[in-house]
Amino acid sequence: MNTPSGRPRSLQTAIFFLIAAGLIALALGGYLTPLSRILLNPVVAIQTWVSTRYQGVQELVSAPRDVTRLRQRNAELEAEVARLQTQIIELQEQLSETNVLSALVDFARANPENSYQAAAVIARDPSPFLQYVIINRGSDDGLRRGMPVVTQQGLIGRLAAVTAGAARVQLITDPASTVNVRLEPSGAQAILQGQLTGEVTLDMIPQDANVQAGDLVLTSGLGGGYPPNILIGQVSSIRSVDQDIFQRANVQTVADFSKINIVLVINNFRPVDVTPLIPAP
Amino acid sequence: MATLIAIPIMTGLMILQSSIISRVPLLQGTPDLLLLAVLAWTLQKRVQSAWQWCIIAAVIFTLVSALPLGAALLGYILSTGVALILRRQVWQIPILALFVAVLLGTFVSQGVSLVALRLVGDPIPILQSFNLVILPSALLNLLFAIPAFALLGDLASWLYPEELEA
Repeated sequence: MNTPSGRPRSLQTAIFFLIAAGLIALALGGYLTPLSRILLNPVVAIQTWVSTRYQGVQELVSAPRDVTRLRQRNAELEAEVARLQTQIIELQEQLSETNVLSALVDFARANPENSYQAAAVIARDPSPFLQYVIINRGSDDGLRRGMPVVTQQGLIGRLAAVTAGAARVQLITDPASTVNVRLEPSGAQAILQGQLTGEVTLDMIPQDANVQAGDLVLTSGLGGGYPPNILIGQVSSIRSVDQDIFQRANVQTVADFSKINIVLVINNFRPVDVTPLIPAP
Repeated sequence: MATLIAIPIMTGLMILQSSIISRVPLLQGTPDLLLLAVLAWTLQKRVQSAWQWCIIAAVIFTLVSALPLGAALLGYILSTGVALILRRQVWQIPILALFVAVLLGTFVSQGVSLVALRLVGDPIPILQSFNLVILPSALLNLLFAIPAFALLGDLASWLYPEELEA
């Protein structure tokens, strides 16, 4: 078949392909780059403009739906974060409590001669002159007045009053508290006394006793108020004046009295009241 | 009603006092929320149940504290008496009456506690008590006095509404 110009169609097609192949070959060879840049740059610019406008319109149309969905998702995630944070705090509290209980169990195992009743500290005495705490166990749990109270670190006090469901503990830091103690390794006897400042001091240490800073302070068991050999603390400094009959010393307690949360009451110890045996002045 | 409402209020304040406030002392002093409530209530203009509130607060304090029996009651009664005298004398400037009452009330109630403890044989040094307990407590009570007065003022307005003139 001939074209209107009189050339056969197959020849025209062949020429067309040859031109196309030539152009492709030139393009692949990089010879058409300047030309294509001139031709394509306006096209790319127009395409970019159209595409940007289209995306803008599309966002405008679909934004409210997305914002609502995102807000909802955000609220869900915030709720989830809050729930997880609460869970973390609860787990940390449980871990802390477990650590304390574990230490208390260790203490009880290390001192098998005593039996213990665990209790939580629920309050402190409202009077600032007194160093007492209130625990959530009472006579219904077998507690009696005078029973010693310890933590995993050592002695903290004894029960001063007991009701059915609670008890009041007089801490050894209370100004009215006195504990007969023994110092190790010197073996000297002394009296541990609470102070208004919340500290404890040693009094009545014989002048000839060789007491050093760092000596251990343990209950002596004398007087019948406490069982012997419960750790209280360490001597931190000694105040010795030659003309005094006794030496005095400051004590660093092993228990942190500002952070007592769980305690153990030694419930197989019965205090002995030696008051009738003390001669009247 | 005005008397009965003191029981839950004082109980709540005692729980707050013994479980939180007593754990955060300034030196060795702590604010006395019950005393503040009694004083702030006593200084309200139309209140007529000051003594009842004083007794209820003292009884609740005595139940929880290891203070000698009657020390809290005597301290609170004397403090309430001071507050009532101030209400009559300087009622035109309630804020002045409040501060004076809180200061004197703290000194009186803590002083009574100190004397009572020394009478039963507790070796508490007086000067150290004043520096470490009474003065810091007075300062903290003064800080808490204004919110206590405002809150109990609202309660008093609710319980003793002002009569409208015809």
